[in-house]
Amino acid sequence: MELQILGIGILTWIVFIPIVGMIIVLLLPDKNRNAIRWTAAVATGIQVILAGVIFAVFDRTKLGINDAESFQFMEKFSWITVEAVPWVGRIEINYFVGIDGLSVLMIILTSLIGFIGVVSSWNIDKMVKGYFTLYLLLVTGMMGVFVALDFFLFFIFWEVMLLPMYFLIGLWGGPRREYAAIKFFLYTFVGGILMLLTMLALYFSVAYTDPATGQSVHTFNILHMMNPANYVEGGLLSGVDTTWRYVAWMALFINFAIKIPLFPFHTWLPDAHVEAPTPISVILAGVLLKLGTYGLLRINFPIFPDATVYFIYFMAALGMISIIYGAFCAMAQDDFKKLIAYSSISHMGIVVLGIAALNTQGMVGGVLQMFNHGIITAVLFLSVGVLYDRTQKRGLYDFGGIANQMPKYTGLAMIGMFAALGLPGLNGFVSELFSFLGAFEAYRWITIISVTGIIITAGYILWTIQRVYLGKTPEKLTNLNDLTPREILMFVPLIALIILLGIYPAPAIELMNSSLSHLVEFVRIGGY
Amino acid sequence: MVEETLHSISLYLPEIVIVVTLCVIIVADLVVKSQKQVAAWIMLGGLVIAGLFVMLQSGTVESIFYDMAAVDPFAVFFKTLLILAGIFVVLFSMKNRELEAYSLRMGEYYMLFAGMMLGMMMMAGATNLLLMFLALEVTSISSYVLAGFTKSSLRSSEGSMKYIIYGAVSSGVMLYGISLLIGVTAATDIYAINEALAVGVEQTLILNISVLMIIVGLGFKIAVVPFHFWAPDVYEGAPITIAALLAVASKIAAFAMVIRFFSVSFIDSGGFSVTGTWSAIEGIHWDVLLGGMAALAMIVGNLTALRQDNIKRMLAYSSIAHAGYILMGLVILTSEGLTSIMIYLFIYLFMNLGAFYVAMLFMNKAGTESIEGYKGLGHRSPLAGVAMTIFLVSLTGLPPTGGFVAKLYIFGAAISAGWIWLVAIAGITTVISLFYYIRVVRNMYFFKPDENDAAIEFDFLSRVILFALLIPTLLLGLYFQPVLEFARNSMLMFGF
Repeated sequence: MELQILGIGILTWIVFIPIVGMIIVLLLPDKNRNAIRWTAAVATGIQVILAGVIFAVFDRTKLGINDAESFQFMEKFSWITVEAVPWVGRIEINYFVGIDGLSVLMIILTSLIGFIGVVSSWNIDKMVKGYFTLYLLLVTGMMGVFVALDFFLFFIFWEVMLLPMYFLIGLWGGPRREYAAIKFFLYTFVGGILMLLTMLALYFSVAYTDPATGQSVHTFNILHMMNPANYVEGGLLSGVDTTWRYVAWMALFINFAIKIPLFPFHTWLPDAHVEAPTPISVILAGVLLKLGTYGLLRINFPIFPDATVYFIYFMAALGMISIIYGAFCAMAQDDFKKLIAYSSISHMGIVVLGIAALNTQGMVGGVLQMFNHGIITAVLFLSVGVLYDRTQKRGLYDFGGIANQMPKYTGLAMIGMFAALGLPGLNGFVSELFSFLGAFEAYRWITIISVTGIIITAGYILWTIQRVYLGKTPEKLTNLNDLTPREILMFVPLIALIILLGIYPAPAIELMNSSLSHLVEFVRIGGY
Repeated sequence: MVEETLHSISLYLPEIVIVVTLCVIIVADLVVKSQKQVAAWIMLGGLVIAGLFVMLQSGTVESIFYDMAAVDPFAVFFKTLLILAGIFVVLFSMKNRELEAYSLRMGEYYMLFAGMMLGMMMMAGATNLLLMFLALEVTSISSYVLAGFTKSSLRSSEGSMKYIIYGAVSSGVMLYGISLLIGVTAATDIYAINEALAVGVEQTLILNISVLMIIVGLGFKIAVVPFHFWAPDVYEGAPITIAALLAVASKIAAFAMVIRFFSVSFIDSGGFSVTGTWSAIEGIHWDVLLGGMAALAMIVGNLTALRQDNIKRMLAYSSIAHAGYILMGLVILTSEGLTSIMIYLFIYLFMNLGAFYVAMLFMNKAGTESIEGYKGLGHRSPLAGVAMTIFLVSLTGLPPTGGFVAKLYIFGAAISAGWIWLVAIAGITTVISLFYYIRVVRNMYFFKPDENDAAIEFDFLSRVILFALLIPTLLLGLYFQPVLEFARNSMLMFGF
């Protein structure tokens, strides 16, 4: 399927609209803050509309994953081609984008969170121009990763996110922002280097025969890398179940595990979250973490099915540890943001456990959990942001009785809290249930232990509600204003989705079902 | 014979133009002493004309002056780079406040500069050990003096002195190695040496020693560990323009010579299929030796750079580390490896000169060489701050900048040749390098400037120079096909 606007494909639009916005922002004068804000809002707003169009016309039956024919909205242009010279083969790098059932939800999530991030950035007054320039660049990077089907392109978008994020945390963050920013940068850069090396090793191991000329062409095309027939003889990563393939899988896994973040690669996250300004925390938890699990599903699983199966228990175990460990750590926090940060680690562990089940149920549950967690943590971080804006405090013990003073706000925040807890009828429940059901089929004991994480989660969430929203109001905290219309605007779409997908998750599941079943089948055939 | 010589001269025009420029500068310096910048403009003109002649030579594959030097796409590539670097450094010199105190001696400065350019261009084409050594010495001696040019500065004199002592010793060692090599092979030009090696040389021990000694001399010029000790002191002491020239141009020239020397004389002369074997000289695993040097350079360069506070010293150690990355391509010695060296050097030219240039601008306007002194500079001058950020990010090797493409090709070549451990070290050290590059960025942006520090403005020419370096650094990260093809097509060396 193709959809073009002014002769340019819809995916190119959705990826590069923020860059257009960024250029406009750069041209606007410093003083004109509102124009800068509106530009960013319009750019990300257009993304939301485009995502809506994609949602409407997306063909739910097509498989994608490894089959180039069934990717949708595909665009492919030659980017860099060096013709063959006698001693080196042809080099080919393509601008190759397209989406399937795996990426379509992430596109919707990214555009939505991107827009809400702008709304929530409205009251940032420090260096507005620089802020939105970096913000829009970051959004382009995130969106690009989700649509890229060429490893080189994937890598470029992946790394483009680093520098804006570094500055956004480092310049607009809290008191220890410098430390948090460099820690984030170093962790993800280590991962990036590992991915770079693996990407190069894959490139030299994979060559397809160009049907037109009969030449053997090395390629960064991710889909070609999934086909065992394309591996050259004697290539570093050729063959099945070789040590180098395990090493390569592990290198990629560490890169993605840092982003997820999975225990023991998670320590950058609490620092980054606590120090980042609210909108950036929202982006970080809402979208950035999903890049990790998305990368596992897009790259690790289908390119290395053998190694995936080999390490599958290891993955499930790490998922379990993250669930339990994250939940316990969350319970011990007295900083609201840190609590949510650790709860993210715990909830992303559920995603990993779900996809490690290697069955359709678990996979659907995992990917749906990626989407749901994005929505839920966004609500949670926005809730903290609202309180912080009014009181400059984040400590859980600093608050109390907020419900009396800000009833509207408390109502909305509570829905987010209960969704995080996994209350039936809200979206978190559906995806957690699917993930655990799938995982239970595959690993009985690991799942049984993991499910206890739910109880701990209930514990810390309820305790938080009690400490912050219920009880007596400290004297200093009287006269808090309830939500402004702008703040309601940023909560409402998210809350609506939480309730909608809790009652009727079918629209989301339909989007990805066929692709994910195909992915499971593909990995199982390749791995076992 | 006369015809041959005349023909050779017609192919040696770029070098001759530089010699003429040198002479014109001497005369002009005597005649119009009052005009400060006249020598600079003459130098600039000379470089541009030489550049045009270099361009006219593209496509030529010939050996001139009886196998003394080669004019081939490979030499043209490196001469293009050298002239580009030369032009930039002359422009820097016009803007450098350090040199203003010596305005009466600027004739000397450009005369030496021309001498250095001449030596480096000769290095790019030399195919005879004697000419190679001569070219190396012309370059070195000019640069010793240039490094000590600001003679009222103690550090400058100290650096220059160290440079001479290290340089003299390593030149001596290299010369001894050359004489041994000539002794065992009975040949002075590298093609004849190659033939002699193909037939087989009896005294393999002496042969090995001679090559080791030559590596010492070349290693000194590239500033690779363990022959790097001069670099930080010299860079710190020398005027920053000369430091930039040493870090970029002299490295480019040295790599041109190293590549030509190794790939012509050591590759089995079967011809086209460059296999990258080092089999011509048995006894020592040359690739492992060079790989070790590369690894050491990356480790030592990057780790030591972490602790530097002077921006010039930091860039010196960073350039030692980069020499290590570049050397990886030589270890492989396949055309893939050599092409990736050329791509790396091309991009390195812009990003490293850029970093030196912004450092110079900050020195001019804010008077600080210390990285701690960079606090708040990003807010005082957004343009230079952003530019410096991009140059440093590029030196780190993050996309979408040219530095990423450079690293991509070097790493790729090493992986495809199976040097996994070397690439692993390169990867780890790249992460380390992020730390000290980003520290400069952090200081520029994460601190507020003092209230009474005014914003920094630059004049038109300064900005033009900045953009001339910035645009290629960024553009080459997104669309690098031209440089790729340029490097590929320039792989052709005379004799293959």
